[in-house]
Amino acid sequence: MDYTFHWRPVFRKLPDLLEAGLLTLEVAIEAMLIGILLGLVLAMVRLSGRRSITWFAVSWVEIARNTPALLQLFFFGFGLGAFGIHLSPFWIVLCALSFNNAGYLAENFRGGFQAVPDTQIKAARSLGMTYAQTYLRIVIPQVLRIVYHPMTNQMVWSVLMSSLGMLVGFRELTGETQFLASKTFRIFEYFLVTAIIYYVIVKVILGGSRILSWRLFRY
Amino acid sequence: MYELAQSIRFFSDFQASDLAFLAEAAGRTLLISVLSVSVGTVLGCVFGWLLSVSRWAGAVTLGLILDAFRSIPLIIQLILFFNFFPIIGFPVNPFAAGTFVLVFYTSALVASVARGGIEAVPITTRRAARSLGMTYWQDMRYIVWPIGLRAVLPAWAGVALGVLKDSALVSVLGYVELLRASQILVTRTQEPFLILTVVGAFYFALSFPISRATASLERRWQK
Repeated sequence: MDYTFHWRPVFRKLPDLLEAGLLTLEVAIEAMLIGILLGLVLAMVRLSGRRSITWFAVSWVEIARNTPALLQLFFFGFGLGAFGIHLSPFWIVLCALSFNNAGYLAENFRGGFQAVPDTQIKAARSLGMTYAQTYLRIVIPQVLRIVYHPMTNQMVWSVLMSSLGMLVGFRELTGETQFLASKTFRIFEYFLVTAIIYYVIVKVILGGSRILSWRLFRY
Repeated sequence: MYELAQSIRFFSDFQASDLAFLAEAAGRTLLISVLSVSVGTVLGCVFGWLLSVSRWAGAVTLGLILDAFRSIPLIIQLILFFNFFPIIGFPVNPFAAGTFVLVFYTSALVASVARGGIEAVPITTRRAARSLGMTYWQDMRYIVWPIGLRAVLPAWAGVALGVLKDSALVSVLGYVELLRASQILVTRTQEPFLILTVVGAFYFALSFPISRATASLERRWQK
């Protein structure tokens, strides 16, 4: 083995990497929030059973789930140019991740809504609750509990998928690493450190969600 | 000079022969995914079994390693290993590096699925099998395998589909699979929308039948 590892340039740039890590977290969280909202809408549209609008939700979900995230990213990045829409790298990643998250979350939410028995809604309604009260106090808390674990997983996927931003020129953690690595040719060293940062981010998300779930689902 | 400039066109439109090029690339996507999923599944089952039987020291060590494959973006794993092999003196081609990473990535995902399958079999059922005189491996083969398989086949199919889609990332290393082929065509034709749509249709055609088949299988088994 005649390769000498050089770690110093990596450690000197560690603050830059950590800052880029925050950008990764930011875009992943924002895409997750948008994805949850869109996913809820898609799930409700699909459950509404109206043919005129369900086809839209169904095709969104199936396209999001059956094509690679990278292709979706390229689509938002390069494909939309055909319509004269040119997004900045941040928006490309945000749009593609939100699209993907919404597709996967919609299926989870649909399962969650279906798991709450109809009789409970009827019971709540006959106890005098309004429609909004029924949803807020009876249905949503149960759905949230059912989809909590899949949602945590999706959050992790969101972080991991944001690494694809490198390929459309977004300087999040992976993009920044690639940028710095190509300056020094210390590719292995840089990417190893980045891998560790990703590992820590994912572990923090999983640990945080576990602590939060103890607090949320005590009963 | 003028006539030459007229006769040479740097960009040409999407042609029928390009579809053949894409189909060939789709074949490569299928090849690398099938290879990774089949080898990765076998490895993953072994890892899953190890996880379910080993005492905590073994489970923690193996669990940590497999966890790393699940918590680090695939693109970084690919770049890391592609650059790591030359360091230890074995320069590899993109296909080999991509397959290597995808195999371990798959096995890490399958390991937790397989472990779940083994743990889905009630311990009382297994004790009953053992007290009927079955050996450990007979119990594994005739009791745990059929029951566990039913419990986790949908999850396994999810992993397989995920790897099929994630194999697009091997394009980063330079292996000409479906997505890389699309980039090549985009560069030539300057029509990203059309080509990405066609490639999307290719991926959809590969992935959608499998996901439908699993969903219907799952529904039939639930009855």
